[in-house]
Amino acid sequence: MSHRSRQLKVSSLARVEGEGALHVRIADGTVERVELNIYEPPRFFEAFLRGRAHTEPPDITARICGICPVAYQTSACNAIEQACGVTLDAQLADVRRLLYCGEWISSHSLHIYLLHAPDFLGHPDAISLATRHREVVERGLALKKAGNTLLETFGGRAIHPVNVRVGGFYSLPTRAELAPLAETLRRALDIALDTVRWTAGFEFPDLELDHDFLAAYEPGRYAIADGTLRTTSGSAFPPREFSAHVVESQVPHSTALHASLDGHRYLTGPLARYTLNSAQLSPTARQVATEAGLGDQCRNPFRSILVRGVELVYAVEEALRLIDGYEQPSRPFVDVPARAGVGHGISEAPRGTLYHRYELDDGGLIRAADIVPPTSQNQAAIEDDLRRVVSGNLDLDDAALTGLCERTIRNYDPCISCSAHFLDVTWEHR
Amino acid sequence: MTTPTLAVWKFASCDGCQLTLLDCEDELLALTKQVRIAHFLEASSEVLPGPYDVSLVEGSITTKADLRRIREVRAQSKVLVTIGACATSGGIQALRNFADVTEFTSVVYANPQYIDTLETSTPIAAHVPVDHELHGCPIDRGQLLGTITALLAGRKPDLPDTSVCTECKRRGLTCLLVAEDTPCLGPVTRAGCGALCPGVHRGCFGCFGPMAKPNTPVLIPLLRSRGMSEDAVDRVFSTFTVAETRREER
Repeated sequence: MSHRSRQLKVSSLARVEGEGALHVRIADGTVERVELNIYEPPRFFEAFLRGRAHTEPPDITARICGICPVAYQTSACNAIEQACGVTLDAQLADVRRLLYCGEWISSHSLHIYLLHAPDFLGHPDAISLATRHREVVERGLALKKAGNTLLETFGGRAIHPVNVRVGGFYSLPTRAELAPLAETLRRALDIALDTVRWTAGFEFPDLELDHDFLAAYEPGRYAIADGTLRTTSGSAFPPREFSAHVVESQVPHSTALHASLDGHRYLTGPLARYTLNSAQLSPTARQVATEAGLGDQCRNPFRSILVRGVELVYAVEEALRLIDGYEQPSRPFVDVPARAGVGHGISEAPRGTLYHRYELDDGGLIRAADIVPPTSQNQAAIEDDLRRVVSGNLDLDDAALTGLCERTIRNYDPCISCSAHFLDVTWEHR
Repeated sequence: MTTPTLAVWKFASCDGCQLTLLDCEDELLALTKQVRIAHFLEASSEVLPGPYDVSLVEGSITTKADLRRIREVRAQSKVLVTIGACATSGGIQALRNFADVTEFTSVVYANPQYIDTLETSTPIAAHVPVDHELHGCPIDRGQLLGTITALLAGRKPDLPDTSVCTECKRRGLTCLLVAEDTPCLGPVTRAGCGALCPGVHRGCFGCFGPMAKPNTPVLIPLLRSRGMSEDAVDRVFSTFTVAETRREER
């Protein structure tokens, strides 16, 4: 085996959101180097945000990612409201969380049914899957549509919602208008539960991670649209200290910046949220998690499809709970008068913690902007997983090992357009 | 008759417009009976070789490699449809066209020398012939389905070049600009969204870009008289279709 030279190339990793490449070098049976190259062309959001008004980041930063625009809008609002010393009242904060549930439902069902499940069932895509199991794909699409209906009801549009503003919303529906949505979500809850039971029957490769996990935390509820930060290694800090803990550095092989937490690699996203906060899930979500064989933690990234399913159940239930308690606010937003200051905002995008920081001048114009998306935080952890997967499976032939690497990357639902898309996998064996 | 093939391509963009195809939850499976999805990386790891009957192209051209790639895509495509503000006008990332891209790079990246980028973000039509354009940030799902349906039937897609005002009137919405003095770009913005923003009581902010022959000089004083500063007017015309908007102004 030693000195054997193999060259493997996969021209594109599919079913991820964005463009990148993977470079693996194996010499003498040892994995020498694993690089996840992200060559998504830079779009310079942080540069052109300078000089924009404090009211603009929700619309502008939504355009970083078409899959999770509500995450961008929410982190931006949180940061700017903090800079301007404004806090949303509980009623409006609940509507923000409700809208965010729509994005979790839509994004998680997209990933589970259209991007991830085909890996477990040996299909190249959901369309092929539908030729054998049409009812399964229809179920997934119905669930995704329920999420989009929620997004459209409160956001005005599923992709790049138009109804979100700093301080709240432009307009909000009456309670009576929500009856059809609630009915759709009640049906979606059954589908979400079926989703977890269905994916629980998949076969999961063994892999246990020792990464530190980072997720938002809110007392009393599973954090989604706000919170402080906690790690499995025991750190706890508010958003304003994010940059004291998380440092981004640039690596030559990527247009995404690599982040480290207190000097080490770490992971954010469904596994981190579940491991840190599973006790806060609803009884139904916890019960179906137990049925699916999940404990109170999950450190196997291949099982992330189960965790997304459990989060789907939670997001649908939580949306129903919030709709049940909904009254149309007397005013859909609070005023956010501009002032000089710095604000930090976080929220839990479907793929992980998303941090925004804005520095405003006294006229409310942005002097500096800093955005740390989940995928750049996860990149080092993904590369580490790949190293382990390749090292542990060197006996596999090129095609099988390549397939396993692609699956390893897809476990994280990486949103590469966020981080700076298409993965080109290049193998180099020496 | 063989099933026509559909390919989806991505350049500099957020993925939102191609996601619109997957957001056709009620139509997606029926559509896949009418067309063979031959290249759609976001949705499938199966890639069939070209040529392709219809290519949907998302994103703008911002790198030398993409300059070469769009020519290859054009060569492989019988009909090429650009989808979204990035592909039709350069997107919000075209703000670099009016700034110093070297300075932009240094703001975002500590080691700008690793970053390969062009000084401009340009629409697809600046580089290759384009058959049809779907505007919007993001595109409208109904327009996307309507366009694919038209192409399958061998007719020209029905795409409006009128203003958002026409859609607002059709919905019976009260004019925000006239009745409530809310600044609104509806009178100069291309129709297609179905007047989404006025529908949520918000002035249009122009994400579908300028309509054919917009009368912007008449609108600007109306925006100013409704409380927008000159800078705010400049900013609202400098967003998702900035390159196109500024061209219209000249």
